[in-house]
Amino acid sequence: MLRTARRRRAKDGGVWYPRWFWPSFAAPGSLWLLVLFAVPFYVVLSVAFGTVDPIFRNPVPVWNPIQWYPGTFRDVLGQIFGTNAFLGPPFLRTFLYVAMASAICLLIAYPVAYYVARYAGRRRGMLLVLLIAPFWISYMMRMLAWVNLLGNDGLVNRSLTSLHLVGHPVAWLSGRPITVVLGLVYGYIPYMILPLFAGLDRIDTNLLEAARDLGANRARTFARVTLPLSKQAILAGMVIVALPMFGDYFTNDLLSGSPKTSMIGNLIADSVGTPGQGTNAAVLVLILTVILIIPMLYYVSSTGRATRERSG
Amino acid sequence: MSEVAARSPMGNRFRNPWRKPRILESFIWLYLAWSILPVAIAVLFSFNAGRSRSTWQGFSLRWYFKDPVLSVWHDPNLHTALFQTLRLAALTTIIAVPLGVAFAIGIDRWRGRIAATFNFQMLLSFVMPELIIGVTLLFVFANLLSFVHLGTKAQFLGLVTFQVSYPVIIVRARMLSIGKEYEEAAMDLGASPVQALRRVLLPLLYPAIFASAVLVFADVIDDFVIVRYLSSDASTEPMAVKIFNSARASPTPALNALATIMLTTSLLLIVLGYVGYRFSTRGERRGAGPGFGDFAAEL
Repeated sequence: MLRTARRRRAKDGGVWYPRWFWPSFAAPGSLWLLVLFAVPFYVVLSVAFGTVDPIFRNPVPVWNPIQWYPGTFRDVLGQIFGTNAFLGPPFLRTFLYVAMASAICLLIAYPVAYYVARYAGRRRGMLLVLLIAPFWISYMMRMLAWVNLLGNDGLVNRSLTSLHLVGHPVAWLSGRPITVVLGLVYGYIPYMILPLFAGLDRIDTNLLEAARDLGANRARTFARVTLPLSKQAILAGMVIVALPMFGDYFTNDLLSGSPKTSMIGNLIADSVGTPGQGTNAAVLVLILTVILIIPMLYYVSSTGRATRERSG
Repeated sequence: MSEVAARSPMGNRFRNPWRKPRILESFIWLYLAWSILPVAIAVLFSFNAGRSRSTWQGFSLRWYFKDPVLSVWHDPNLHTALFQTLRLAALTTIIAVPLGVAFAIGIDRWRGRIAATFNFQMLLSFVMPELIIGVTLLFVFANLLSFVHLGTKAQFLGLVTFQVSYPVIIVRARMLSIGKEYEEAAMDLGASPVQALRRVLLPLLYPAIFASAVLVFADVIDDFVIVRYLSSDASTEPMAVKIFNSARASPTPALNALATIMLTTSLLLIVLGYVGYRFSTRGERRGAGPGFGDFAAEL
């Protein structure tokens, strides 16, 4: 007993705790997530590979993996990739919209974060508060604001017609990809600015001065020093906006509402609510999870690495 | 250098390393206008005297409480939504924050494969899109834990699951910057692990705990996907769902008024959070002390 105590003491930097002490703190949260976050994925698997009640049309999960029925899964895959692939376009569209929206987010967020990190001076605190403000404004309210502005008699159409840029009001809110993409940008860009700001703020200004001293001009300093050093932040920012965009359906519903712009999120949201489509919804959720697993693992491992580096 | 300057004054200005980044500066103001003006206009029209959400017809509080039928105060639908939102936000904060704080403290010191797995699970729940969490939970409550009926109870369970990672991440970041020295000093001076935790570590964590409580509360007010899937009927639909349902359907400025109330609630909360943050970091003040920027950075 004494020897174990001494060994643990040496490992923990001189402090002794009973073995169960720290695990007991983490246990409630861990169990909560185990029951309501991890186990649910098994339930989704059981529903996706389960059957449908012939009368009530609700999905019947099959708990035993040996008896799993892959029919629905195969059907859905066929609808995405097969000859009669009516689910294919929404999948492609999702990738296209998310790629465009994340790229626009980066193009806008990078200069903003760069300015605040490097040049804001005394106004830095105020600017940070203004940049964080959208976090505190409900997402739905921000979308509602655009629904108001982009309506047929909304302010955007009125200014455009009064300036004679367009003859009659543009129907921004009925199935226009550009509205959906810009809506996604507007909705998620604050999530990108903050990691970018943190990353750019960490860059040692001595390195920039060294580059200037060695004869690099502004553009070269930026391209050879600042940009490479902010690569991690850029990747993290892209992942952190792209992940929720993949699961977004409400932006699309509010700003377009047309099947012409529907995305994977819309497919899931629509099939969850439709009787007899529950199994399809489960399959689509599984497919979306598989698609997103690589960016999610990238984000988790990069934050894990950052934590380890900081804790030494 | 002087030749270049003589030849082109413009080139000279661009070569000055201390030149003010005017283009960047105007860009950021444009960005701020784009990000804030639409919402400001929506707030403005919640005070419109008429039904329009784009033509100004004079100032009135009609959509807040004056209108006997359609105002937020008198429309029972909007009324219920407001209280459902606040109820869920309070319940979730009360449970998710202690769960998350305890988890952060425990996982920071608990080594080994099991701890790493649970930490991985927590981080994964942080990045998992809400739609996936919402739909999986819907299947769970329909098929496995069928004793949980959809409605406030299911919404609460779902929200805690989704939110618990925020306090963990904020508190762990704070613990990394504190280090273990204070606690070790306390124990060298004879404190037991529990005493060291209660009297030393926890007070040092108060700012982070406070910040995460504010964040969780505000995030629940904002939540849409989980609360929508796990609601039973109109009586358990919170504000965000009401806004979603009627944004394209029956647009009166009462909806803007509801959204404005949500906004005001969040802003009040931040002010409250900031006051609490100042209070809990009062020992750390040097000179002006931690400003709002520090509070924001904590989030």
